Amino acid sequence: MIAAEPTTTTAVAAPGAAWATSRRLLGLLGPVRWRMLGAVAATCAFVALNVSAPKLLGDATDVVVEGVFGGTFNERKLATLLLLVAVMYIGASLFSWVQGAVTATAVQHVSYRLRASVEDKLHRLPSAHFDEQRRGDVLSRATNDVDNISQALNQLLNQLILSVLMLLGALAMMLWLSPLLAVIALVTVPFSTVVTVLVARKSQAHFTEQWRTTGELNAHLEEYITGHEVLKAFGRQGMATEVFTTSNDRLSRTSARAQYVSGAVQPLLVFVSNLNYIAVAVVGALQVTAGAMTIGGVQAFIQFSRLFSQPIGQIGGMLTVMQSCLASAERVFALLDAAEIPRDGTEQAGELAGREPAGAEGAAVTGGRVVFDAVTFGYNSGPPVVRELSFTAEPGQTVAIVGHTGAGKTTMVNLLMRFYELDSGRITVDGVDIAGRGRDELRSMIGMVLQDAWVFTGSIRENIEYGRPGASDTDILSAAEATHVDHFVRALPDGYGTLLGNDGDSLSQGQRQLITIARAQLAGRSILVLDEATSSVDTRTEVQIRQAMQRLRQGRTSFVIAHRLSTVRDADLILVMDHGRIVEHGNHQQLLAANGHYSRLYDAQFSGRADALRAGESGQ
Amino acid sequence: MLPGMMMRLLAVHKPAVLAIVVLQLLQTTANLLLPTLNAAIIDDGIVMGNTDLILRLGGLMAGIAAVQVATALAAGYFSANVAMKLGRQLRQELFAKVQSLSSQEVGSFGVPSLVTRATNDVQQIQALAVLVFTMLVAAPAMGIGGIVLALNQDVVLSGIVVAIVPVLVVIMYLIVRRLVPLYREGQILIDRISRVLREQIIGANVIRAFVRQAHEARRFAVVNRELTRNNLQSALLVAGMLPLIMIVVNLSSVAVVWFGGHRIQAGDMKLGALTAFIAYILQILIAIMMAMYVLMTAPRAAACAERIQAVLDTRPAIADPAISRAGLPHAQRTAGGTVEFRDVTFAYPGAEAPVLDRISFTAAPGTFTAIIGSTGSGKSTLLNLLPRFLDATSGEVLIGGHNVKSLPLHFLRNSLSLVPQRAYLFSGTVAENLRIAAPDASDDDLLRALRTAQAEEFVRDLPHGLHTPVSQGGTNFSGGQRQRLCIARALLRDAPVYLFDDSLSALDHATDARLREALTPLTRRSTVIIVAERIATILDAGLILVLDNGRLVAQGTHSELMRTSTVYQEIAASQLALGGRV
Repeated sequence: MIAAEPTTTTAVAAPGAAWATSRRLLGLLGPVRWRMLGAVAATCAFVALNVSAPKLLGDATDVVVEGVFGGTFNERKLATLLLLVAVMYIGASLFSWVQGAVTATAVQHVSYRLRASVEDKLHRLPSAHFDEQRRGDVLSRATNDVDNISQALNQLLNQLILSVLMLLGALAMMLWLSPLLAVIALVTVPFSTVVTVLVARKSQAHFTEQWRTTGELNAHLEEYITGHEVLKAFGRQGMATEVFTTSNDRLSRTSARAQYVSGAVQPLLVFVSNLNYIAVAVVGALQVTAGAMTIGGVQAFIQFSRLFSQPIGQIGGMLTVMQSCLASAERVFALLDAAEIPRDGTEQAGELAGREPAGAEGAAVTGGRVVFDAVTFGYNSGPPVVRELSFTAEPGQTVAIVGHTGAGKTTMVNLLMRFYELDSGRITVDGVDIAGRGRDELRSMIGMVLQDAWVFTGSIRENIEYGRPGASDTDILSAAEATHVDHFVRALPDGYGTLLGNDGDSLSQGQRQLITIARAQLAGRSILVLDEATSSVDTRTEVQIRQAMQRLRQGRTSFVIAHRLSTVRDADLILVMDHGRIVEHGNHQQLLAANGHYSRLYDAQFSGRADALRAGESGQ
Repeated sequence: MLPGMMMRLLAVHKPAVLAIVVLQLLQTTANLLLPTLNAAIIDDGIVMGNTDLILRLGGLMAGIAAVQVATALAAGYFSANVAMKLGRQLRQELFAKVQSLSSQEVGSFGVPSLVTRATNDVQQIQALAVLVFTMLVAAPAMGIGGIVLALNQDVVLSGIVVAIVPVLVVIMYLIVRRLVPLYREGQILIDRISRVLREQIIGANVIRAFVRQAHEARRFAVVNRELTRNNLQSALLVAGMLPLIMIVVNLSSVAVVWFGGHRIQAGDMKLGALTAFIAYILQILIAIMMAMYVLMTAPRAAACAERIQAVLDTRPAIADPAISRAGLPHAQRTAGGTVEFRDVTFAYPGAEAPVLDRISFTAAPGTFTAIIGSTGSGKSTLLNLLPRFLDATSGEVLIGGHNVKSLPLHFLRNSLSLVPQRAYLFSGTVAENLRIAAPDASDDDLLRALRTAQAEEFVRDLPHGLHTPVSQGGTNFSGGQRQRLCIARALLRDAPVYLFDDSLSALDHATDARLREALTPLTRRSTVIIVAERIATILDAGLILVLDNGRLVAQGTHSELMRTSTVYQEIAASQLALGGRV
């Protein structure tokens, strides 16, 4: 990212939005509600034991007091009481542990599902989404934000349940002791609420900004580290540092603001309850001097109002965690809510898992008639990149697409694969409109090799096997041999076990391309798409794999995009594209004879050079 | 590692840290004073029936409460600021360090891991800092205060209090010792989550084409499950901490009553001491619980600190030479154009065979030097030795007569203009991408470079021309368009040496031919080195280097090589077979 301006701002949370987000977050706990209920029950037991044990300990103290004043020290009674207290304390700890453990499993369950739905979502987003969203930001949502939610939920569920129970307990006790006093204690509630709401309103925006900036920083980092050689080559680390520093400063500033604004709630609530405490003490004291109340009554009341205000302070103290959690949740939900690829017949939610294509070589290679009928398309509804495209590829034919860079060749592949949807016109495979077929069903018929040779973290073997899961070693080896992969893999110390995919691995671009060709070879589909599949492979190797490529194309409908006209010459149909239109079509001989566009392209490539090459051969 | 890192980072914030300590001290004191004054109201006010005193004490309490809230707010302000500045500093250091690393070094950490370290790991340390600042004073004050008060009451009974401290320390130590490796593994798992997702985004089209979404989901689920299990393990350990501490502390209060009861019966202790003791133990428990929050966060932060420090401690293999640029003419912005390789060998550490084996050649300004050879023969590696993306294992690489290792990096790289093999563009606009090479270039300069790179036409056709947005990596452009934008970017810079790393592979032949023609003026004044696959591209090169398996098997002009080099003849024959008119 070059410019420092913020990208795709998530709407600053309105209070209503925060409420909706919290409801949705709570909804995630739905599947674990029984466990959460168990946690609440355990907390109840813990609170009950933890409150009554000190009472019994007081009784034990009374036994000691009796011993001093009454003269008879009942050691037996003391021992029994203390044993009981000890058992209660152990029980309290046990329940507290159960509560913590149950909550932890519930929260981890939720986090697991959140991450899984983010991953699942990636497969449902249209290709166009990735053109607009920066990778690092998406990754930040899946890692930093989910991690934040997970940590926050753990803390919140543990402490909120406890604090709320303590609050209710104290309130109940006060009501039981003196309803009047309880009402006086409740006076603090509206004050506390007002303080909390005021602060929360101010700080939520900072939290939203904090996590947005975290995503932005993540995106800068991901992008700059990926492209670090370019930055170095042009000595522009300074520029990168500047952009990074701007984001970094903003993140630091906004995090600090979020932290101290929301962190102000607790001291403010403590202050409110302190004022209440003072008021009660003074009023109570004056009442006593006036004879309206007893000292004991005032003291008891003060104690319980303490007990009442303490959890309020704790709940207020959790505001920081809560708001931070909401800001992150909002970002994760925004990703989950992004517009998906329109569903088609075969793709249904949740059905994705466990379904594997039938792309085995054994699957009969049948049909493969592809018809483009007046196809028009422009990226992101922009100006059309291909216009009114019509042609027919008969089963088993090789169709070559040539034309200047940017003429719309790759776009045709994107449309055939349904990575993008047509603006108008239709494409049929074996007479069926591809828009009516399931995407996965369609793609299971097509083997594809792209210019950007994509390998993932894993061994070379795994990368080839990707084309046909579960392929035998023999099949993998023969695919590797046919595509010349075997040749260089044998020279590697770890052979087929060599790990790929780390940004620093030492394979050349051409070698990666060969691996992706081997992958398609192994997949064996009835339609084949080769988009500049050998652009970085040297020509000697290309000659050597040429036969394999021809075998690969045999009996399959193939689409070939190549600048080297080798494959193009043998093609059954050559489409010459210019500015998104087919300007010429026919086979090599026909097109040369027509002396048009193709002929000029061909001459530009070979004029004089074939002679030069041959001249050398004859030892000029 | 963590304490060392914290100390180092906090050193610059000494005044603020001091302020936090003082404010927290005031805050804690105020907090402890309120109940005492309350007791005074009851003891002195009510009992004496002194209304005046009650009101005075009430006023004093209100004043103290005000001080308390003010100091707490101020402490919170400073704490947040210092903690976040600490995080900012760490991120800045990490970024600076990463920028100095080579591709190999970046690869050994992995991009996703470096990104995680600079965000998630730093966050953990920040979070710990906030907690430490909050508990810094209160927890020790309450804990130590409680112990001192207990000792004051009854030395013998205090033995119990003193005895529980080592027990608690051991419990915490045992838990923390298990937590650190768990958290260390947890951060690595976050890296892995991030890596799988990053691959899925980059390879989205391939995954969809092969209908391997289900496989990808499983691959992700494996890591996701591992991370969940790891997080659960650490969460369960943390969940066990509080109950264990409560058991110890609570049982000790039971013991206090038992032993205290006996001591009272024996007349060794006063009755009041017993109640006081239980109160103190409660106070110590609260202090320990506060400290526990820090201790729950500390192991994760410690694991993160290790990971951050590992990056910061990496000594980049390729660094500026120690000696200053005293030997360089100051007026000169770049080194001269002659490129010379003297017996250069390059091998990856630990690899058996070298990638480049004793390469020697000279490329002079005004010539166009081409490198050809099979896939994996070491062509790109050779080019990477010039800007020092890699350093030769032995031998010397010279530019303008200077060994590249003796030149300051920015000076060296200023002397080169590179078109990389993988045409990488940044998100931004077309113009912004081009200006990476020359920040001050005017729009006219940009258009001129685009024209030479045969890219002017398509850029003009774009909806917003030069200001059309570019997606990350340039994915919204075709391979050929990307390459031409990268060429235009390189041409914007006026450098003595131009390097084209297989940069014409995605271009069709007509474009390739026009481009080479447009480059002719450039070749007259500069040294141009092109890695190519097609002989057509390099027919008129002044010097062609033929690489085979890392060795320079032949060099010369096209016609010389056609006579002398079998490898070259084979390459030529292959291209004839592939493309020539038969």
